[in-house]
Amino acid sequence: MQSTAHDFKENVGTALSDPNLQDSLAKLKVGFSERRRQAAERLPEFEVLRDRARDIKNHALANLDFYLEEFERKVTALGGHVHWAPTAADARRIIGDLCKSAGARTVAKSKSMVAEEIALNEHLEQLGIAPIETDLGEYIIQLRHEPPSHIIAPAVHLTKDQVADTFHEHHAPLGFTRRLTERNDLVAEARYVLRQKFLEADVGLTGANFLVAETGSSMLVTNEGNADLSNTLPKMHIVLASIEKVIPTLEDAAVLLRVLARSATGQESSAYTTLNTGPKRSGDLDGPSQYHVVLLDNGRSAVLGTEMQDMLRCIRCGACMNHCPVYGAIGGHAYGWVYPGPIGAVLTPQLIGMEEAGDLPNASTFCGRCESVCPVRIPLPGLMRHWREREFERHLTPRPVRQGLALWSFLVRRPKLYRRVTQLANRLLAMFGRAEGRYHTLPLAGGWTRFRDFPAPPAGGTFHAQWARHGGARIRP
Amino acid sequence: MVTDVSASTSHHSAPPRRVALFVTCLVDLFRPAVGFAAVKLLEEAGCTVEVPPLQVCCGQPAYNSGDRVSARAIAAQVIAAFEGFEAVVVPSGSCGGMLAHHYPSLFDDDPAMKAKAENLAGRSHELMSFLVDVLGVDKVSASYRGIATYHDSCSGLRELGIKAQPRQLLESVEGLRISEMKTPEVCCGFGGTFCVKYPEISNAMVSEKTADIVSTGADTLLAGDLGCLMNMAGKLQREGSRIQVRHVAEVLADMGDIAPIGEPEGKR
Repeated sequence: MQSTAHDFKENVGTALSDPNLQDSLAKLKVGFSERRRQAAERLPEFEVLRDRARDIKNHALANLDFYLEEFERKVTALGGHVHWAPTAADARRIIGDLCKSAGARTVAKSKSMVAEEIALNEHLEQLGIAPIETDLGEYIIQLRHEPPSHIIAPAVHLTKDQVADTFHEHHAPLGFTRRLTERNDLVAEARYVLRQKFLEADVGLTGANFLVAETGSSMLVTNEGNADLSNTLPKMHIVLASIEKVIPTLEDAAVLLRVLARSATGQESSAYTTLNTGPKRSGDLDGPSQYHVVLLDNGRSAVLGTEMQDMLRCIRCGACMNHCPVYGAIGGHAYGWVYPGPIGAVLTPQLIGMEEAGDLPNASTFCGRCESVCPVRIPLPGLMRHWREREFERHLTPRPVRQGLALWSFLVRRPKLYRRVTQLANRLLAMFGRAEGRYHTLPLAGGWTRFRDFPAPPAGGTFHAQWARHGGARIRP
Repeated sequence: MVTDVSASTSHHSAPPRRVALFVTCLVDLFRPAVGFAAVKLLEEAGCTVEVPPLQVCCGQPAYNSGDRVSARAIAAQVIAAFEGFEAVVVPSGSCGGMLAHHYPSLFDDDPAMKAKAENLAGRSHELMSFLVDVLGVDKVSASYRGIATYHDSCSGLRELGIKAQPRQLLESVEGLRISEMKTPEVCCGFGGTFCVKYPEISNAMVSEKTADIVSTGADTLLAGDLGCLMNMAGKLQREGSRIQVRHVAEVLADMGDIAPIGEPEGKR
């Protein structure tokens, strides 16, 4: 996927002036967080499960090579194939070759953020293979030629009316000429159109929520059942997953599932939880005859053993973005690449480079709400701060910020000089702001006063000046 | 004002009595009354308050901008300035969190300094938490006529667990009623340098916050962090709101008669 993360500030302007997006975000902010809160409250051991989920992922990451090889052994023993893709280009090539070998004309895809990451659809189209998105949200944005704006609700930026228009435009040639307005009618129409495509597909491609090393299974959770049709009807099933998805055992998966759906949508469990364990066996009534797993690295192994490793614990529930006030203000597209919100702000610089995505870890107030809801306790603000440190070290921090910091730091490290400067500033701000008590504009503070007044300090001097003047006596101003 | 601490502190073993006030750079420069309110509350709870003269800023602007070298130098300066005090009290959750949580992580490669940072972290307290959790204060005698809404500043809430303490103390303020926001725990959009680096996003966030504040019907907005208060006050005033904005310590210290943040003096 082509990144626009570099144009973050322009993207923000576009997002803030988009009334449809702002309508959609207003609903998202209330809905997801309230449902997650209720789900967490209904489960007394939820906080303990979060600790266990964190520990399971930490253990898997600390032994990643072992569990990946174990997973490969199991898949191979089942008659499946594991393909190692160091880069996005490798993954595209492997999947393209597999599809060609199956003589595929269409590929039924269930939602996969890793497929977005490697820009798989564009690649398949270039090969003359039609990728069909079967997740309702992905289907909608595929029709609209838009990227997803959320990792679990890819079309969350759209209003119902926009979806109605899109379906009307694209389904009319198929004979559905009436513009539908009711939610259930829209879903039913999409279901009918998509059902035909499942039956025609030559290859089914899914992502994976977890890869279970002990059984060689890939595990998928959905609410629509589309993944089950994608992986059982076609003759070839390709699982595309990044390497950090591997966990040791089914028991571990059970723990992670208990925090995943609750954190994501507030459900106890998603409607469908599916384990795919190898190709169709003799005697099985259905299933793919060929089963392939493509394991993508794409920069992840470089994070292992660094201060950034915690980001690899992510189980892609979306809770961080659902609770992020910045995401809530600007939506997912403004982040400019595949993964938005707080997890996007730490993953994106790793996957496509700090030079391209440097704004993302900076566009946070460090309010900490993401960390407080993360089911695997990723210290997201801390990781964003590490990115800021790396940017600062490499002189990528914007020059005005660096210069301002340098001057401020020079003063702070000289307390006596600092006192004189701040006393002067305090006196001037108090004097010129006396009549109104605040400023409507202030030199060098345009970022502030464009949108807010700036409070003037009261007369009488700084705290330290007053304290010293009265010999440390306890006076009231 | 008489603070009733005698009964409620009995189960605490000798709470610290000689405390140092970390004024914070924003209080020093823009709102000295918060510092004096803190001194008053601490003294009336039986503490002797000192204000070490070499304190300046906790270093968050550098720390959060990725300038680790400056952040370490400033932290070392703060650690030295507050050596020897039983407790260091900060009228800000954000600066308090910096001392109590983040300083030790700045010295991972320097065991001697890390030990000192951890020692300071163990002695550092946000003002509301110190009064209620450490000193056992459960009421104040102050009066304030009005309806207030209380914003939970992010660092205080999530790093230090400041939530019930200010509300408990506010309950004892005569004449004051609290009307809660729908989302008092959502960030106001200040975020230190964030508000000037990404002014449009910050504005969207603070606009949502002020809408929530206004919908409570309160005539006063209270919080425990001056940065957030200046942000919300500035937005409310730009929107033409008459809601008064004050630091919670001022109301608790019965100093609710001074001019609100951003309003001219001599006018309530």
